[in-house]
Order: sequence, then structure tokens, then C-alpha cells
Amino acid sequence: MSKIIEGLYYAESHEYVKIDGEYGYVGITDYAQEQLGNVVYVDMPEVDDEVNAGEEFGAVESVKAASDLYSPISGIVVEVNEALDAEPGLINKDAYANWIIKVKLSEPSEVENLLDAAGYEEVVKNDH
Amino acid sequence: METNKRTCLYDKHVALGALISPFGGFDMPIQYSGIVEEHNAVRQHCGVFDVSHMGEVTIKGPDAEKFVNYIFTNDISGAPIGKIYYGLMLYPNGGAVDDLLVYKRGENDFFLVINAGNIDKDVEWILQNKKGYDVEVIHESDYYGEIAVQGPDSESVIESVLGIGCADLTFYTFKQVEYNGETIIISRTGYTGEDGFEIYASHELTCKFWDKLLDSEKALPCGLGCRDTLRFEVGLPLYGDELSEDITPIEACLGIFVKIDKNDFIGKEVVKKQKEEGAPRKLVGIELKDKAIPRHGYEVLSGDVVIGYVTTGYRCISIEKSVALALIDSRYANMGDPVKIKIRKKVFEGMIVARKFYKKSYKK
Repeated sequence: MSKIIEGLYYAESHEYVKIDGEYGYVGITDYAQEQLGNVVYVDMPEVDDEVNAGEEFGAVESVKAASDLYSPISGIVVEVNEALDAEPGLINKDAYANWIIKVKLSEPSEVENLLDAAGYEEVVKNDH
Repeated sequence: METNKRTCLYDKHVALGALISPFGGFDMPIQYSGIVEEHNAVRQHCGVFDVSHMGEVTIKGPDAEKFVNYIFTNDISGAPIGKIYYGLMLYPNGGAVDDLLVYKRGENDFFLVINAGNIDKDVEWILQNKKGYDVEVIHESDYYGEIAVQGPDSESVIESVLGIGCADLTFYTFKQVEYNGETIIISRTGYTGEDGFEIYASHELTCKFWDKLLDSEKALPCGLGCRDTLRFEVGLPLYGDELSEDITPIEACLGIFVKIDKNDFIGKEVVKKQKEEGAPRKLVGIELKDKAIPRHGYEVLSGDVVIGYVTTGYRCISIEKSVALALIDSRYANMGDPVKIKIRKKVFEGMIVARKFYKKSYKK
């Protein structure tokens, strides 16, 4: 059973955002990493790039396939998780500790359009 | 919607918790414990694959040798019994109907192993072209199950766990053995670049072999995911990627399996010309400087010009490099030349390299 953490916001496309003041940490869910299998490459944007809610900002690749990443929220990338460059498999070890980008939120109210833990659990259930 | 077929081992895959995906009209196991672990098991020890989706056709009768030579690019004339040939069936325009193995079981008795996704098309093609040849075509895909035991420990695993002697088989040979009152086929072949064997038997016996191998814990169950990474690393083609009805074997650099000096065979005119004068496109290896991963269909560029596309690409498991096989305009296919691959919105620099990214370790 994949892990879903209370207090995060989730997108149906299996990304999460963890809000910390005016910033959001965006990554993929534990369920997403399970479905992908061994992550071998994370294609990340650059610092100062703009991301928009619901729009693609990169990709996470398993041996077998590339999956696009969609940002759950809008803002400016202030940091990318460079540890993933050297060791993409960190996402498999702990998808929530190993966020992909840190974003300065431009529309903090957007999180209201996202799912809470219970809502995301439903999405995962229906995905089977 | 048409439902996919299932192999005789399907329920066992589900019970093992395999990730199942459609491939070639079958619901097949893609991975069990994980592609990387399974890939490494085959490179280092032993893995077992369910490849029962592969199709089997027997061609026999007075004209069998003549007929197989007419539809097949390799030359089987005068072959010894027990030998196996790799080659292709071609359309008259030189495009590939399929790539396949031909087992010589007896004088004028051949066993053809064809790709799952091409079974119906191949059988139809064979029947359509047998006019004038005194042969019998027997489609046996529904009878045979097939497992592939691959990796450096394969020989000892098969001998100790299944009790089938196979040390006497050399590369690309086979024998028929009696097992539980049934005649099975075992060959020293595979699709991983490692030593290994493929065993064709009834569904009942295939299940028995599978259970014995897994119970012994000497062979790790392996899915089609790592079968693809393994074959790719050693530059083996996959129909649908490196081969298709629009790609000739000369373009795919399989010319050594196309014998233009033998008698007439379907597609000969085109491939003979390409072999002598060169083909318009050529399959090459490309190594990227970056870690980004090229995938099937991505564009290959020289400067700003699109010169071809990626047929298969991976972040290689055995060598940790991002590499691709690509079909490109022959004029650009020079070893060491810089090329670029477009991956999503960015363009990555690379270089043309040999198509074998990892060395094969066959036991010949």
C-alpha cells in the first residue's frame, strides 16, 4: 500500500505540493514512484523558470518510460533538488522527502483546487 | 475492444505480483522485482522469462527446404539437422514481414519461431506464398509454451533443476528430448546477449518447468522490461523498433543474415541492390553526453536538419550511459560524428558510436 501523507496537497496527475509559508515543495507521490519503478533520470527546470498550475515542468523517467511532470501550483522555481541529478533513485526511497522543485508561489490560493490526503486516496483506489 | 491473449503462465505472473502490460496482443509480465534487479540477474547469474507469446510454425514436406529458402533471407540449403538460423521474411519491396528463427528439425522439416505481434500476419504470408510448393504448414502457436533461461549460470541451472542435459548444445543449435513422455525442444539461443537456452514444450510442461525453476531459487523470474534493456544493450533488433515493413534488413545493418548469392527469395532484388550500392538509411548507435534519455520516435539532428529518429533508447543499466539506436540518413552515419537528439523541449548533444553498447558473452 502506498504512503499518502496528511497535510500535503495532491494533484490527480500524482504530484504533491508541501506548503511552507510562501513556498511550495513539489514532488511525485509514493504511488507514482511505485508505478514507475526504478527512477533513472529526472528532467528538472532551471532556477528562475516559471511554472504554471496544470502545466508540464519536466519529466521523471523510469528505465522503461518517461512521465511528464505537471506543476500543481504556479510560481517561480527558486531551487531544484540537485541530489536527484546524482541519485534519481532517491525518489524510490522516499518520494516525499525527495521533492523535485521548490517554488515561490504566485497564487497561494490555488491549493484550494487540489486534493487533500483523503481525496487523493480515492484517486489511487480508482486507478487500480 | 478485443481482449488480449494470455500465456499458460499468466496466473502465475499475477500471483507473483508482476506488473502486467499488453505486448504483441498478449497481457505479458513487464517486471516482477524490478527491471534493474532482473537485468543484473541475467548478466550475472540466471533469469527465466515467459516467452510463450512467441509464435511457432512447422513447415514440412518434399519442398520444405526450397520453400523456406524462398521466404527467408538466410540460406538454409544443406544445413545440418539441429542447426538454427536467424533471418527475415521480406516483402517484395525489401521491408520486413518479420524476423525469425528457423530450426532444422529434419530433412524438409523446419520449425519457425516468429514474433507474437506478427503471428497472424506471418502465417497468412506463408500460406499466401506457398503456391507451387509441395509443403504442409502447421500453425502450432496455441500448442507450445516457451520459457527462456538466460545468463551465465543457465547451463548448470537447467541441468541441475530440470534434469535436461544441455552442455552438449553449441550456440544456435537445438535438440529434441523426451520428457514425461513428451517431445520438447531445447536450443542454445536467446535475446539477452548472454549464454542461455529456450525451451519449447506443452503448456502443462512449461508450467512445470517454470515452477521448478522458481522453487529452486536459482533463476529469478524476469519480465519483458529487462528483456528489452538486455537485447538493446547488445544491439539486437526488435521488430516494431529497429525493423518494420518500412525498414529493410540492410538499413537495420542485418546484411550478414541476407544471402544475396542464393537462389531467388522474396525481396531479393531490393536488398541485393542496397547491399551492393548502400541503403538510404542506416541504423547507428548514439551516445549522449547528458543523462537525458532518448526514447523511440525522438528526432535526431545534424545541425538544424532532422536526419532520422530514435528506434530504441535507454539509460543503460550495465554501462550507465544514455544511448540510443537510431535510423538515420546514411550520409550522416559516420562513426564519431556529432549529432543531436531532441528530448521534449531541449536538444542534447551526442556522438555516433557502435551499435553494441555492451559486449555479448555467448558460449560458442
